[in-house]
Amino acid sequence: MIKPQKLKVVQLKSITKKFPGVLANDQVNLDINNHEILALLGENGAGKTTLMNVLAGLYNPDKGEIFLHGKPIKFHSPRDAIANGIGMVHQHFMLVESLTVAENIVLSLQSKTLSLNLDRIRQEISDLSNQYHMPVDPDAYIWQLSVGEQQRVEIMRLLYRGADILILDEPTAVLTPKEAIELASVLRHMANEGKAIIIITHKLNEVMTFSDRVTILRAGRVVDSMLTEKTSKEELAHKMIGRKVLFQLEKPQCSPGPTVLELESVDALNDKGLPALRSISFQICSGEILGVAGVAGNGQRELAEVITGLRSVTNGSVLVNGEDVTNCTPLEAINTGISHIPGDRIGVGLVANLPVSDNLTMKAYRQPPITRGLFLDSEKLHKFAENLIRSFSITPPLPEIPARLLSGGNQQRLVLAREITANQGVIIGVHPTRGLDVGATESVRCTLLDQREHGASVLLISEDLEEIIQISDRILVLYNGLIMGRASTAEITLEEIGLLMAGQSLNKYNH
Amino acid sequence: MKISFEKRIERSKLSVIMVPVISFILALLSGAIILLSFGVNPLQAYTVMIRGSLGSGYALSETLVKAIPLMLTGLGVSISFRMLFWNIGAEGQLAMGGIAASFVALFLEKFLQPILVLPTMFISAILAGALWGLIPASLKAILGVNEILTTLMMNYIAILLVEYLYLGPWRDPEGYGFPGTAPFPKTAWLPRFTGRIHIGIILAILAATLIWFILNHTKRGYEIRIIGQNPRAARYTGINIGRNILIVMLLSGGLAGIAGMAEVSGIARRLCSGLTVGYGYTAIIVAWLASLNPWGILLIAFLIGGVFVGGDQIQIAMQTPAAVAQVLQGAILFFMLGGTIFSNYRVRIIRGLEKNNPGAEPHG
Repeated sequence: MIKPQKLKVVQLKSITKKFPGVLANDQVNLDINNHEILALLGENGAGKTTLMNVLAGLYNPDKGEIFLHGKPIKFHSPRDAIANGIGMVHQHFMLVESLTVAENIVLSLQSKTLSLNLDRIRQEISDLSNQYHMPVDPDAYIWQLSVGEQQRVEIMRLLYRGADILILDEPTAVLTPKEAIELASVLRHMANEGKAIIIITHKLNEVMTFSDRVTILRAGRVVDSMLTEKTSKEELAHKMIGRKVLFQLEKPQCSPGPTVLELESVDALNDKGLPALRSISFQICSGEILGVAGVAGNGQRELAEVITGLRSVTNGSVLVNGEDVTNCTPLEAINTGISHIPGDRIGVGLVANLPVSDNLTMKAYRQPPITRGLFLDSEKLHKFAENLIRSFSITPPLPEIPARLLSGGNQQRLVLAREITANQGVIIGVHPTRGLDVGATESVRCTLLDQREHGASVLLISEDLEEIIQISDRILVLYNGLIMGRASTAEITLEEIGLLMAGQSLNKYNH
Repeated sequence: MKISFEKRIERSKLSVIMVPVISFILALLSGAIILLSFGVNPLQAYTVMIRGSLGSGYALSETLVKAIPLMLTGLGVSISFRMLFWNIGAEGQLAMGGIAASFVALFLEKFLQPILVLPTMFISAILAGALWGLIPASLKAILGVNEILTTLMMNYIAILLVEYLYLGPWRDPEGYGFPGTAPFPKTAWLPRFTGRIHIGIILAILAATLIWFILNHTKRGYEIRIIGQNPRAARYTGINIGRNILIVMLLSGGLAGIAGMAEVSGIARRLCSGLTVGYGYTAIIVAWLASLNPWGILLIAFLIGGVFVGGDQIQIAMQTPAAVAQVLQGAILFFMLGGTIFSNYRVRIIRGLEKNNPGAEPHG
């Protein structure tokens, strides 16, 4: 096959974007070619998403210029950008759940007429589907679709509107390994058809499997740009975080103590009132990490919630140190020693608009020295927060700024700092490293292992299989609210976990 | 061309000061147009307004008289708004406070030592307002009933109950048919300083201090702050949201109850038709204009009190229909509330540009 001619379609020149207290992009230059997948690699807070939001018309740069096909251009809104063929799929999808795929795509168009020709749109969607080998059923309702399929709808929406420069922000963060592979092939097809694709990522594997070229950002600046085939994971990691990373964590031998957390045939319903957990039973000992693998939406969130008192069980019981805590309140769960690192960091784990100090004391505020009787000692609260900021190296080390101004990694450090300080035995960690960069991920995992060393019982719910294998002692796989299999980490392989996650039962793990 | 609003990442210092000032100027300008259309000289009208609300000791005292119930009810609703409990019921809670205080003054006074009359009225008014607020609060906390509807509907019950009482069973038999109860005995009069300014002003300042203290220096205030900013996080961190709703509504209703007592005992000295004139609703505007800040509420209540008194003066001095003053008051509140959007959002005007593809629409 003859290699198609690559052309420079977009040039970003010296883009600078400031936010209060943060220089998000500092004179960034970036070239984007068609027929190519470009990976924009960097840690959380490196400025990748900001830079792409500038290109997609969401932000105005403070300085710098955008050249489209060699001509300078200014975008005032995402609509401007898409009108010029530039579209972005954000991390959080913007789809109306109760409408069909075709209707969602219609929604994004600004039709001059009142009548809808849904048939024509359906036809066009199937044409695009075939062209890019990206199966999308135009008549499916969004709520029926998996996350991976919803992502395809988002991509389809941009293609439908004629985008030929597509930006995807952390596209695999929500996907299963299989879906990620499918996405890679879809993107490859699109690049072959002449589109320019940019993926924002902090995952090195993803850069290696997806991209043709990679540009690395660190602290708002371009560190380097190179062809993917001419680099290695180690080199990329080094450039991304500015130091060498340990890919293999030290994990000391597990020496489990007495049983701490025990679930006995627990059933629970999800928010829609449908069964989410069916007859779940397991035990975790002191000094042990139990990993729970599964595709999102198979009962993981509900599992964490029944243990932490946020959701009631319809059957079965939850025991902590032999004490029955079934259907206790969240406060009772906290008082029995259960810490919870919630999966939805911003929506549940933090109060984004309140200062870091308030966020750090959300569990400790009930006891002296922060409160005495009814009264709150702001000075003690501040001091408590400053100590945690120091010991968990939260940056910037400013207790008074709102938590929303922290980067994702530092927000997670904040949650961990609070939960681990409050911890008295059990840690429920839900996707504790989701969306975090290599450095932050490493520090979260080390913290969890450290807690295990100190005798904590950890329930690790994660979609990252490598993470589960790397730090858990035993593994459960959830599928459709059932435990599909359980095994010790040593005996099971990644492929086997994948099969169990897909709902295939394997006899040897059916204990 | 197209106008777009962008949320400000941080409120700029300049906008915090300039937005209310510009809003006020625009309100005066649009008010001028209204006044002109009635053949009134706006400059003259505004002079009358300012002189009538601030220009003399008497004017100032009338402004404060209007400000006191706004301060108390404004503080009351502000604390419930802080935790996203939309208490629209200050009017009804105020009415119940007025009824309870009147009951003490009219029927229990003779059994009480003179020095105990006012404290008994005070406590009954707080309890009545608080319990009236507790009804929608319990419905919300236990059954999840929408408080906007229940607090609003409870207003109608309370307002009509007031009317029923002073027109029916409590009507003054010696009042020559005047719609109202008999005047309270002197022991039930709230002491006045000068003009009609009564010690309700001190109560309002104490209430603001109390709320400031609760919000900043107590465990309860900390919990209210977290619930208000993120209820899901509050639940996750073990805060009992239902209990906080009950406590906050006791406080909120209690403050409105004090306002009701202050009105019947400090101003009318009987229960009559001037009690429920909408202080409880204006309180909502006061609370928002002050961004729920307790000291700000005192200030804004004073300003709005001035707008009310000044408006009445235009009507009296310039012989305009009553509606003109009300339209003018409405315009001022409208512009000042509308202006808050400019402190929170940046407005950009975009010209041309996307003519090339009208079919495109942002999805973000």
